[in-house]
Amino acid sequence: MSVLTGRAPRGALLLTLPAIAVLLLVMAVPFGVIVLRSFAEPVPGLANYVWFFQTPVNLTVLARTFTIAFWVTACCVLVAYPYAFAMSIAGPRLRLALIMCVLVPFWVSGVVRTLAWVILLQDSGVINRILLALGFEKVRLIRTQLGVTIGMTQVLLPFMIMPLYAVMRGIDLRLLQAARSLGAHPVKSFFQIYLPLSLPGVFAGATLVFILSLGFYITPLLLGGPQSTMLSTLIQQQVLSLLSWGRGGAMGVVLLVATFGVLALAGPFMRRSYQISGGSR
Amino acid sequence: MNAASNEATCKGAAIDIDGISKFYGGFTALENVSLRVEPGEFMSFLGPSGSGKTTTLNLIAGFTDLSGGDIRLDARSIGHVPAHKRNIGVVFQHYALFPHMSVAQNVAYPLKQRRVGKAERARAVEEALRKVQLDSFAHRYPSELSGGQQQRVALARAMVFGPSLLLMDEPLGALDKKLREVLQLEIKRIHRELGSTFVYVTHDQEEALVLSDRIAVFNRGRIEQVGTGQTLYTAPQTLFVGQFIGESSVLRGPHRSAGGETMLTVAGTALTAPGAANGEGAQVILLRPEAVMVQAPGTGPQEGRCNILSGVVREMLYLGSAMKYEVTLADGSHVTARTPTQGAPFALGATVELAWRPQESVLLADDGSTAGH
Repeated sequence: MSVLTGRAPRGALLLTLPAIAVLLLVMAVPFGVIVLRSFAEPVPGLANYVWFFQTPVNLTVLARTFTIAFWVTACCVLVAYPYAFAMSIAGPRLRLALIMCVLVPFWVSGVVRTLAWVILLQDSGVINRILLALGFEKVRLIRTQLGVTIGMTQVLLPFMIMPLYAVMRGIDLRLLQAARSLGAHPVKSFFQIYLPLSLPGVFAGATLVFILSLGFYITPLLLGGPQSTMLSTLIQQQVLSLLSWGRGGAMGVVLLVATFGVLALAGPFMRRSYQISGGSR
Repeated sequence: MNAASNEATCKGAAIDIDGISKFYGGFTALENVSLRVEPGEFMSFLGPSGSGKTTTLNLIAGFTDLSGGDIRLDARSIGHVPAHKRNIGVVFQHYALFPHMSVAQNVAYPLKQRRVGKAERARAVEEALRKVQLDSFAHRYPSELSGGQQQRVALARAMVFGPSLLLMDEPLGALDKKLREVLQLEIKRIHRELGSTFVYVTHDQEEALVLSDRIAVFNRGRIEQVGTGQTLYTAPQTLFVGQFIGESSVLRGPHRSAGGETMLTVAGTALTAPGAANGEGAQVILLRPEAVMVQAPGTGPQEGRCNILSGVVREMLYLGSAMKYEVTLADGSHVTARTPTQGAPFALGATVELAWRPQESVLLADDGSTAGH
């Protein structure tokens, strides 16, 4: 945390110049153009925004985008928390193996991983064949929200595990020993001591996964169907198929504003949890 | 000698450690250790790192499982009671305060686990913090406190629920010398006020001497000797104990026992020590620096019988009230002597006579221990 609070020497600012230049060129400038066009095309005014909020399907997809992002984040937390905990208490060899299990899929392109999920999830895919062989009924996975959620969870999992692991590694496990000596049942001491101290990691990972989920494109496109379209797909349709840069831009701006809204809501919680665990070192 | 006798209202627990062992795979951390700690006693576990003292403490606290033997608290076996049900206060070297809780919340934690009511809890927390003189820090967070203050909070937290036994694992190990001495006095005062039994783990023999009613000296997973600081200093039963407690010189040589005395030949000189040889093996004489007089060669015995050795002054230190000499003997071994400062000191390189009364020689079996803690 000292990195955040420590005062940077003046020279350090110079070192950030290349990054700032690149960001201006490839982020700020195009984004400015998009915002501009959302208000200016095809005629100047708020027409694109009025259209967005008056078209029910847009609102449905926006709500669905947030719903899917929420479930993906929730699944990531549930899967990543025990995994990161195992990483933080494992011996050096097991830890390396666990880290590799996170990183190797991460190095494989998201497209490839999503296509692998297509093979697993499709109606005659691996999962359904196993279910049939075990005497269960077929489950529709591909082109459903469930399928999209499963695929996105797997693709985004590293973004949850890594921040969690970083925080958990810094938690002194001897605190749990102290809690036991003071009369706390091991389960209780976990919820009273360990969980609160690990919350900054949960928030950091959850924010990352949630925001990445909101703008996810490839995975929902390949695993989803018409009933699980996310906003990014609609934007792509507007811009590339219908060549309506104004409407596409407006949708992008709405998504961005909504994202900021979520961050603003999460902000106070995150600050609090950082303060809480600030002295853990 | 122990504290049990000096207080009628004593609420400390008696600990009976009964032949306990702890093995980690093939490694023996503790082998067949037995010990009784009296109610209200201040007992220190003293020994070098890896000697088994912390292992014993962890077994009493319930942090690790016994490999063998049993531990009883007031005649009740706790060997298989989980740590959170033992009702034993523990103070750790690393403080182990909960960083996300204020000082008051930390101290209230054990009371909350015991479902103590809110008003009673607040009162007990305040009293415990007053005992460690931190009542004005209740709303601070651990990260805002110094190491010494954090350890006081940990002490308050460990005693607030009125445990009959308090375990301390090198609680002052992370603090500087000045602060250590202040807190030693405070721990002693709190021990008197509480009347609980204290078990204190340390590798610092001075700290053990200052604090304890009795000291158990650990070495290689066993207890070498249990006794008051004075007993351990004046009548060590093993060379290890003799060397671990206080300063000492060790003289080695062939020996011959006769008539309740043993003669040890060191650098060609026969030295007398009281008592028969301990066992079959080699014997040593252990000497405390203040027992040895330094005198000019040829002075001879001053009164009664004396052991006399001659040597060369290798090192001299002025300590204010005393002079400390390092004297090298003809066979290359060293003797440390501390004498009151009087007259002109002997110069470096001077040949001197070392003289001491035979009964000051402690005759011990040579267990191969070497000085240096």
